[in-house]
Amino acid sequence: MTLTITKRGLLAALAGTAALAALPALAQDAKPVTIGVITTLSTPAGYIGEDVRDAIQLAVDQEGGKLGGVPVTLRVEDDTLKPANGKQIADKMAADGVKVVTGIIFSNVLAAVQPSIIDAGGFYISSNAGPSPFAGEKCNPNYFVASYQNDAFHEAAGLGANELGYKKMAILAPNYQAGRDALEGFKRTYKGEIAGEIYTKLDQTDFSVELARIKSMGVDAIYQFHPGGAGINFAKQYANSGLKGTVPMILPSFSMDARMIDATGDAADGVYASALWTTETDNPTSKAFVEAFRKAYGRDPTTYAAQAYDTAHLIGTGLAATGGDMAKADDFRAALREGKFDSVRGKFKMGANQHPVQDYFLTKFEKNADGKIVQNVVNAVATDHVDHYAANCKMN
Amino acid sequence: MLLFVEQVLNGLQYGAMLFMLASGLTLIFGIMGVINLTHGAFYMVGAYCAAFAILETGSFLVGMAAAILGAGLYAVAVELAVIQWLYRRDHLYQVLATLGLILFTNEAVAMIFGRQPPFVDIPPALSGTLRVLPGLDYPVMRLAFIAVGAAVAVGLWFLVNRTRVGMLIRAGADDREMVDALGVDVKRLYTSLFGLGGALCGLAGVMAAPLLAIEVGMGERVLITTFVVIVIGGVGSIRGALVGALLVGMVDSLGRAYLPQIMQMMLPPSVADTLSAGLVSASIYVLMAIVLVFRPLGLVPARS
Repeated sequence: MTLTITKRGLLAALAGTAALAALPALAQDAKPVTIGVITTLSTPAGYIGEDVRDAIQLAVDQEGGKLGGVPVTLRVEDDTLKPANGKQIADKMAADGVKVVTGIIFSNVLAAVQPSIIDAGGFYISSNAGPSPFAGEKCNPNYFVASYQNDAFHEAAGLGANELGYKKMAILAPNYQAGRDALEGFKRTYKGEIAGEIYTKLDQTDFSVELARIKSMGVDAIYQFHPGGAGINFAKQYANSGLKGTVPMILPSFSMDARMIDATGDAADGVYASALWTTETDNPTSKAFVEAFRKAYGRDPTTYAAQAYDTAHLIGTGLAATGGDMAKADDFRAALREGKFDSVRGKFKMGANQHPVQDYFLTKFEKNADGKIVQNVVNAVATDHVDHYAANCKMN
Repeated sequence: MLLFVEQVLNGLQYGAMLFMLASGLTLIFGIMGVINLTHGAFYMVGAYCAAFAILETGSFLVGMAAAILGAGLYAVAVELAVIQWLYRRDHLYQVLATLGLILFTNEAVAMIFGRQPPFVDIPPALSGTLRVLPGLDYPVMRLAFIAVGAAVAVGLWFLVNRTRVGMLIRAGADDREMVDALGVDVKRLYTSLFGLGGALCGLAGVMAAPLLAIEVGMGERVLITTFVVIVIGGVGSIRGALVGALLVGMVDSLGRAYLPQIMQMMLPPSVADTLSAGLVSASIYVLMAIVLVFRPLGLVPARS
């Protein structure tokens, strides 16, 4: 008799503890993880932030409000392209206990935000900007880049120019840090002669003078990096100057994205670009993503959207490993370092400095059968490319 | 030599664009005493109106009319709604109000037209290049830009020197109070001047539309240069605006074209590149400083 009671009591006790143990797990399931998305939604660059926000939202929606099986809520805020605003938002997020932040487009904003997040014990996973200091000396175990290191597109463009057989080139960029980095990156890999290295004014809208100079140089091709409106201006004026027929042009991917093509018209036809992904990238994940994005938002995704979509999935691997408990930072980090998810790029590998080791492609803007200009992949110019600064990184 | 001619043409074209913007600004600033930071926004509104009309109708001429009307009417609306209450206030109030109007206009345009820059193609009649000299082909669109700028200059000269309105404008520039005291409806004169300034911005906007990205904030980029032009030329003087615009256009274009080469001849390449890039960016401000040292009222001041 006593035995049975004890047995029953034991069973009850066991059931009780099991229920108790299960409780926190239940509570975690109920409480979603907040992911901070700081991005640029206003200013002319606002369309980039919209693509980042929408792509992350798409990844979450496709999983029914979850990433990696863990419910998430997105906290989206506009940095207005100002580092001070970005930092303010980041400090607020850190104070509210947000441990996972992503979304920043511009390197100068990222430079201000990253320390705020990292110092508070959070993770920053970049969906776009990959400035050189953070890839090298200032690399950090809580800082990941799911997109690219800033110089990589320019280095890839240099390799592309070699492959296309251009012996003598003129290169142009605006006179600021990113512009100088761009041309340095290009020169690092380009083997031919640089006939002219031209720095334009940061607020310049007309490039007739530079185009006339290039015409007189007798170069084989142009490499130019002008983001946003300046890039549209350059491409339109390049076509109008009559140079387009004789001197081909290479760009980094972000000097001509899906949205800029619409504003540039036929001037973009025939232009080359270095890229890591385009809407024409041929793998099942990418095709499904492009279709889902078009269906959800009625427009073509840009490369920014594709990177953000990948970033969301990378974060998903971390959340899956921790079950949504961000106190398990080591598990989260280990999962991100492994980087095992279906990338729209076809494959994904995280390097030692927590920047991707990946392929870069030479692409060409051409009209497809419908007469629409698309970015076709020509070939891979760099395979498993490790960024230039990785060697300087001593990761703890 | 051909390259030099081409760069001079580029300078002329830039000057023509600056003149269309500066002539209105200098009248508003010089005669009405208003610092109008919204002037760049008129240019943006003109470009957007042009883009919208061209996308709808496919005709560049309709786009031109839409730009002139749209920007002109918007300028009149701004004057009636905001500026006219600030004539007697300090410049600081005007700066604050017109800065607010820039933000308002930018957001309004983004809400109405979206953030995607609309695409305007070069009209068929103006596409391609024209052989200006043997061996020198120059884009027809840019030649048309210069021609329109010249037409505006002639038109304004006629308006100011040969018409009754022009007489009032000149009188207003000389002595506002006296014109008022003589019974001229200064309020209406001011409103129409604002509209004229806006319409000229619209014209610049439509001419620039096929060559530039039409985007929110495009006005602010030209605004500072436009102020430099009217300070160099002399505030309130249309002739000054013409001289200033051509000078700034030439200095900027020829500076960009030749400063780097000159620097490279004199200095080692690493120093020359950085220095010339900085100097090119600053060239028009250096020009302004030099002019102001010798002619504090500008090259062709309205009131001598």
